[in-house]
Amino acid sequence: MRTRFFPILAHVLAIIAVAPLLWILISALKPAEDVFSFGWPSSWTLDNLQYVLLKIPMPRFLLNSAIVAVIVTVVALFFHSMAAYALARLRFPGRGLIFSGIMSTLLVSLPVILVPLFLVAKQLGLLDSYAGLIVPSIFHAFGIFLLRQYYLNIPRELEEAADLDGCGYWRRYWSVILPLSRPVLASLSVLFFLANWNAFLWPLTITRNPDLRVIQLGISGMQGQYASAWNLILAAAVIAAIPTVVVFVAGQKRLVDAMKTTGMK
Amino acid sequence: MVTTTAPPRPSAAVTRPRRPKASMTKKRREALAAYAFLAPDVLGLLAFVALPMVLAFGVAFFKVDGFGNYSYVGLANYKLMAHDDQLWSSLRITGIYVVTFVPLAFVVSFALAMLVRNHFRGIGWVRSAFFLPNVVSLVVVGLIWQFLLVDKRGAIANLLAPLGLGDVSFLGTPSLALGTYVVISVWFLMGYQMLVFLAGLKDVPKELEDAAQIDGASAWQRFRYVIWPLLRPTSFFVVVNSTIGAVTGLQAFDLVYVLTKGGPARATSTVVLYIYEQAFTFNNMGYAAALTTVVVAILVLCTGLMFAFTRGGRFDED
Repeated sequence: MRTRFFPILAHVLAIIAVAPLLWILISALKPAEDVFSFGWPSSWTLDNLQYVLLKIPMPRFLLNSAIVAVIVTVVALFFHSMAAYALARLRFPGRGLIFSGIMSTLLVSLPVILVPLFLVAKQLGLLDSYAGLIVPSIFHAFGIFLLRQYYLNIPRELEEAADLDGCGYWRRYWSVILPLSRPVLASLSVLFFLANWNAFLWPLTITRNPDLRVIQLGISGMQGQYASAWNLILAAAVIAAIPTVVVFVAGQKRLVDAMKTTGMK
Repeated sequence: MVTTTAPPRPSAAVTRPRRPKASMTKKRREALAAYAFLAPDVLGLLAFVALPMVLAFGVAFFKVDGFGNYSYVGLANYKLMAHDDQLWSSLRITGIYVVTFVPLAFVVSFALAMLVRNHFRGIGWVRSAFFLPNVVSLVVVGLIWQFLLVDKRGAIANLLAPLGLGDVSFLGTPSLALGTYVVISVWFLMGYQMLVFLAGLKDVPKELEDAAQIDGASAWQRFRYVIWPLLRPTSFFVVVNSTIGAVTGLQAFDLVYVLTKGGPARATSTVVLYIYEQAFTFNNMGYAAALTTVVVAILVLCTGLMFAFTRGGRFDED
């Protein structure tokens, strides 16, 4: 009795949890006049999706987001893994200090430093540019922390073999450590991609030029322009959400592993 | 260095002078390599996290006009705060948000974690379903709920109509909007916190629970005296993390910006939204920087208090 009850409850709650997302997907496929009809649509249509893809610079928004998210992810993984390798494996004066310095930045979130960060970006001439969207988004301590934890568990012997072969530190990092960290890099790339694809506040702050608009800015901007054309707003929201759901489903296991580590020690 | 007094043991004399020198250079090479590996990230974090943090405290003493001209005004920005009613109201709103969101999210995500802790048919899909809202962006979340909550015609109004609640305007009524925002935030974040709890629950040895059960402990007693104490570090992490998120996380900006723009009648104007408005709508950069320092101070104080109260989540006595 009890053993039956809880799994059934879990399934029911799970359906309730995803219901809003499903409802939006269904509504985006309804004809404009039916968007508020409460029930299964009498007819399906792709007009809404087609309209936002053709009449609104949606492809441009998507391209901008893809460029930013991919570059930030690749560069961040590269920098973070280098830093993590040094912190996990090399001995040097000031290691503890640098590590705790990096960790202390974990407490700082974007909304807190938004105003001064904007001033720094302005001084560096990063306003209204791809560089402005990309460069400040790269640096975050979380990835360094996670990679360091991972590298601490790679057996030293593997590296020592490379040492005996006369490899320098760069070769050891590049040909021994980096290939071994594929799983953790895959987890982090899912996380980083999602975070940057979904970024809104920083692009809102740093860009004015409509050509630089990322997807989240694009769809939030429709609120004003297409105030009550909910069929179009929903279609745009669905298009913005599809890549994240696809990445989640594809990288689910990896994402969950990385997320779990956040809560650990 | 090589020619200094020879060590008494002749056997070691040959290798001794050389070894320190060799390891010195090896040490230096290692250190240099380490600094080179660290340089990109450390410089980036200095420029884009540490410098802004320090800068906030500097800019707070200036008035910055629309053209970026700075003039020193001393403590004027801080004195302004005393009479800024909107600031106090947004601090109050963030406070209410924290004390409702944090416990609610805690209870919901913990309950979900207990629910999906042990294997059953379809557990994979159930876990993913709870996490899925966290995958889409906060902008999309805001748009989704705006649509669902459209007055009278939205899906929620349709659902509640049989209960006679079809006319309630959840986002348009000042007294309801904040609560609505809390519930949507919980929906968005419960899956993430559930995963954190699941990771913590993994560390609770099954044998301990089984032993308690054999000793005749009820389900509640097993929870109260076995699971709960062992889960304290995780609980502490969740509380600190979600408090910080509630005050300064993206959920405090993106979501309200899209959902309500801080309205109606500023009922959902969080502190970070207010700072953003001061900086980028009214161009009061100096004042916004001063407000930033206040939020940082509050946050440091809160986390400090939580650590002090719980001794870092250990709760040794009980």
